[in-house]
Amino acid sequence: MLGGDLVGEQGMGSCGGELELMKPSSSESEADRPDTQDDPPPGSSVHEPSPKLLLQDFLDISSALNEAAGAIVDDSFTRCFKSNAPEPWNWNIYLFPLWCFGVLVRYLILFPTRVVILAMGHIIFFSSFFSVHFLLQRQQALRRKIQRFLAELLCCFYVASWTGVIKYHGPLPSLRPNQVFVANHTSMIDFIILEQVTPFAVIMQKHPGWVGVLQNFILETVGGIPFNRGEAKDREVVGEKLKNHVRGSDNNPLLIFPEGTCVNNQYSVMFKKGAFELDCAVCPIAIKYNKIFVDAFWNSKKQSFTKHLVRLMTSWAVVCDVWYLEPQIRRPDESPIDFSERVRAIICARAGLKKVPWDGYLKHSRPGPKLRERKQQSYAESILRRLEK
Amino acid sequence: MGNASSMLTQYDIEEVQDHCNNLFSQQEIVSLYERFCQLDRNAKGFISADEFLSVPEFAMNPLSQRLLKMVDGLNFKDFVAFLSAFSAKASKQQKIELIFKVYDSDCNGKVSFNDVLEVLRDLSGPFMSDEQREQVLVQVLKEAGYTRESYLLLDDFVKVFGNSDLKMEVEVPVD
Repeated sequence: MLGGDLVGEQGMGSCGGELELMKPSSSESEADRPDTQDDPPPGSSVHEPSPKLLLQDFLDISSALNEAAGAIVDDSFTRCFKSNAPEPWNWNIYLFPLWCFGVLVRYLILFPTRVVILAMGHIIFFSSFFSVHFLLQRQQALRRKIQRFLAELLCCFYVASWTGVIKYHGPLPSLRPNQVFVANHTSMIDFIILEQVTPFAVIMQKHPGWVGVLQNFILETVGGIPFNRGEAKDREVVGEKLKNHVRGSDNNPLLIFPEGTCVNNQYSVMFKKGAFELDCAVCPIAIKYNKIFVDAFWNSKKQSFTKHLVRLMTSWAVVCDVWYLEPQIRRPDESPIDFSERVRAIICARAGLKKVPWDGYLKHSRPGPKLRERKQQSYAESILRRLEK
Repeated sequence: MGNASSMLTQYDIEEVQDHCNNLFSQQEIVSLYERFCQLDRNAKGFISADEFLSVPEFAMNPLSQRLLKMVDGLNFKDFVAFLSAFSAKASKQQKIELIFKVYDSDCNGKVSFNDVLEVLRDLSGPFMSDEQREQVLVQVLKEAGYTRESYLLLDDFVKVFGNSDLKMEVEVPVD
């Protein structure tokens, strides 16, 4: 912290504790300063060993500068969103033609086939959805069941369109009330991969374009809660909706991505506490993608979802592991934030992610004054403390 | 390799190394270039203030606005030259010079009482009153033999820092 470092500077090579007094070398530089021992200025102490404030303490801003320069050179937040491309392997005279052949197969054979499969899936989904919608208007329960199945079916088509090789570990989620599921977030396909086997309701950021249209259908079939990241008031409303959804026995289990944004599957940003203050069991799910054929991280600032899908569809396969982990309950002495950190630790340990103490929303907005004020406060306090001595 | 839109040639690296007086090794310059390209989102050749502020660790630093004035719009060569004060090989004199430049915001070669007060204001924020800041500064200036009306020059800074070590070093991650 800024204050602590400032005091440490005064220590000049030795332990740098707060009670370090003037070292001999500093009194040498004090030789050309007027001797004020006879006339102590108010508020500062003259007896050794209490530390006296010197001009040097104020001019020495090296620790703040150091932190700033360190942040410029490398910072843990930007690392979370860096797409680390795997090493190219086609740099050789015989590997390159092989790679070219692979490109041709992927773009001219696989891609068109996959597009056809996906189109078929959409046609089946929409035709069945609308026919069931109109034909079974009176049998709500049956209609809902079929629509749920249709949503899962559409997700299967999506997974097939990227040749998804997905291994599910652990007991599949059971459909019962008073539980939410949380998972780390790498791309919107996380939802599709999980939805393929279990009809989750999901809380999601509204997207524009065709994705938004599809989102509306998802909301209709499996239920869910849309929200808008940009609206601050939304948070309370959404919090209420979360509680109501969890309590409803008829609703599909709720899937939440507490990071709030897509992270590059090597790091994990802080979880938002909303999912952890609902007084119900929290079931963690860890998702880890294998980058062997493609990096599934969706950098929403760099590419649209369509481009992201096309990239997945022109690679050989999407390989990933999904672990369903043991449900966790908040301990009586645990705050929601501590609870969220505990669950985050469980997910990160399972998926091999590094934890980072930043709020994911900083990707979209500047940090508030609180973090800076904390630094300012500790600095001010260290000065004032030494003034009083 | 991020978006290494234009790869550095050996000539480029040597030119940059020369410009920063060999304070960074060639590998460190390559790493810094990767970082530069990562921060410079649309490959304009310089990093804008907004892009610096997108690094939350930098944005929350109390001195970020002062530093922004010094680093905003720098091309890669000058970017490295700015960071060279933080190299392990940099001399204490160079570090003191950088600190002096941070204080001397109007670049007239002298640091006034108000300059020091401004920096203290940045560092302590709303947690010290203006009276407290002035009081404590007047006091330490007096003890050091200066008055409120004194102007501090670079040599004064050097004298004040005396023989103490300046821990101002940043490690450039090299893959």
